[in-house]
Amino acid sequence: MMRRKEARAGFLFALPWLFGLLAFMFYPLLMSLYYSFCDYSALRSPVWIGTDNYAELFHDEVFWTCVKNTLFYACFSLPLGMAMAIGLAMLLNTNVKGMTVYRTIFFIPSLVPMVSLAMLWLWILNGDYGVLNNALATFGIKGPNWLSDIAWTKPALILMSVWGVGNSMLIYLASLQDVPTSLLEASELDGASAWQKTRNVTLPMISPVIQFNMVMGIIGSLQVFAIPFVMFPAGIPARSTYFYAMYLYDNAFVYSRMGYASAMGWILFIVILLLTLIALKLSNKHVHYGGV
Amino acid sequence: MSKLSDLLIPGLISLSLLALVGTELRAHPKEDATRTHIAVWVGWSGFEYDAFQSVVNDYNKSQNKIFVDLLSITGNSTKTLISTSAGIPPEISLLSGAEIPQFADAGAIDVLDDECKKHGWTQDKYVPGYWDVLQYQGHTMALPATPSTVALHYNVDILKRAGYAKPPETLEEMDEMVNKITTTEHGKVKLAGFLPQEPGWWTWCWGPFFGGQLWDGKSKITMNTPENLRAMKWVESFSKRFGPAQIQSYKSGFGVFASPQNAFLADKVAMEIQGVWMHNFIQKYNPKLRWGAAPFPYPKDRPDLKGHTVIDQDIFVLLKNCKHREEAIDFLDYLQHQGPMEKLCLGQKKSSPLRVKSPEFWAKQDNPYIHLFDDMAYHKGSFATPKIGIWAEYGAEIASVLDEVSLLQTTPEDALKAIDARMQPKLDQYLSRLEKRRKAEK
Repeated sequence: MMRRKEARAGFLFALPWLFGLLAFMFYPLLMSLYYSFCDYSALRSPVWIGTDNYAELFHDEVFWTCVKNTLFYACFSLPLGMAMAIGLAMLLNTNVKGMTVYRTIFFIPSLVPMVSLAMLWLWILNGDYGVLNNALATFGIKGPNWLSDIAWTKPALILMSVWGVGNSMLIYLASLQDVPTSLLEASELDGASAWQKTRNVTLPMISPVIQFNMVMGIIGSLQVFAIPFVMFPAGIPARSTYFYAMYLYDNAFVYSRMGYASAMGWILFIVILLLTLIALKLSNKHVHYGGV
Repeated sequence: MSKLSDLLIPGLISLSLLALVGTELRAHPKEDATRTHIAVWVGWSGFEYDAFQSVVNDYNKSQNKIFVDLLSITGNSTKTLISTSAGIPPEISLLSGAEIPQFADAGAIDVLDDECKKHGWTQDKYVPGYWDVLQYQGHTMALPATPSTVALHYNVDILKRAGYAKPPETLEEMDEMVNKITTTEHGKVKLAGFLPQEPGWWTWCWGPFFGGQLWDGKSKITMNTPENLRAMKWVESFSKRFGPAQIQSYKSGFGVFASPQNAFLADKVAMEIQGVWMHNFIQKYNPKLRWGAAPFPYPKDRPDLKGHTVIDQDIFVLLKNCKHREEAIDFLDYLQHQGPMEKLCLGQKKSSPLRVKSPEFWAKQDNPYIHLFDDMAYHKGSFATPKIGIWAEYGAEIASVLDEVSLLQTTPEDALKAIDARMQPKLDQYLSRLEKRRKAEK
């Protein structure tokens, strides 16, 4: 009797959250699946058209341009971001005076709002007057036109993505501090070098966190939107920075093709799900759980 | 005691929230609850918003039954779309003329034919170019807000230094002037005579300036025509003459539009295509600039195109299923009277869409070329965006392909073929689905 009462109370406490989950997550999710099979503009009731949206997407040149751009971005920004975050976390895990100040300094950039960040980078990356090219010029290097040369626009965005590694850096830092000192001391007694300690003790011990950040990184990089949306409207120049989420947004809210955009959303969802599962499968044998 | 401390934090939070609500209500008291409130959403801000707010205030004072709640919204058309789909649209929204087909085909805006007859909002009352923008498939779908046409703005001193006392009349003259004015140093552009990509707002306009059409008015995309090809080759010629990388590099030094670093205001581009509003920005950011405005040049072999231009107009639409339709129409009717319309247009430093304008209206205008902008809207060849439901996508496609041509990534011939090949199936599909839907609704 008491248990049932407790269960009822628990359910009642969870009810607002459950309602939110059902109303604002599951319902839109299911409806978007239905809309993906419809001609739907958001202004009129949807009309069932079967798999036409999906078939059209596979013949849509702009769709494939966006897929290529997004994959290019993800392939470079993800490993670069992870390497930077781990590297910084390791540096910030050393025993140096004033470390909290350094940690704060390296974390602060990730607090900058996306739009402000985009405006800041427009100034840094300007081909003629930008800070970066001026810095390169002092070393005799002629910097490219980062914002308008189609060969450099995506690398510019990849470079910018490193700016936001603060959050994952912080997670790595926390996990580095959990690496048992006994293991590090034992390896030291065995005569391990700094690299050997990192390779054989530290990295395996933080591998679950690396795996987590990798999965989050895959999701985040395939959904890249805000910064290119502000810096390169409509993917200029010549759609070289037109990413998947931008085309999805344009279809939904600019071209009023909500059904088509929903189909794009579901394709992205399935791709992310598959990539995540593959990444988990491939990395599972390298992940070491200390407690197990 | 513990019960009291348990209540302390929730109590403090509740009190803070109540105080916040109270302060908010005090700062923004609900205006006269006895009146019917209508929501009007606009994308205007700054002095343009202030001008409209002043007209709205006049209306609110002029009677005691209706109160207009004016709201300035960023990305107004997207938010209008979302609120309409949610079934809670504002009564009136300010859109661009180009958006009428998209909203009309989706059944989101009301046809105003009956109201036009009732209130005398008829063709003879409006400047032809502006009236035409409001028409879609034989119906009046919107009413004019503030109109504009586009003209070639030129820097008098730069032209003078190059030996020209007046702006170009034909495109051939313009090309010659551009060659003379544009200067390069160590492979870098130092001054540009004209750049088709600056400011890059009417990327679709070059074909029509050469006499081209963007579609046949019914069902066919017509980008691949001799006129449009000529226009595309003209755009390409700038990159061939001065180098795509050099132009890109030069352009990257331009500041944002509303700033003293604006390319035209900073003497970086001698001639630029701009609307009637440019005068305001010149006054604000470089009042010493000696400038002039003239109709955009026409091809020498097409004198019939002399004086024609782009028509760019903000319009008011009445959203279907809005709560207070009659009250919204009353406000729209107020706006279409000469006094309020002139006050709005004068406040925004634009010409009026009404044919009849008072002598005071002209006298108070400080743009020395205001008559030119008004006259061009009467030209039979003046053109607005095509009245096509997929215009947003079509326009984006033209802009992207134009980018590729400017970067010499593709040839004008291939570019036009590519636009036709991509957009024709989209238009066919759009029209066929629209037709099916209309039949089903009948």
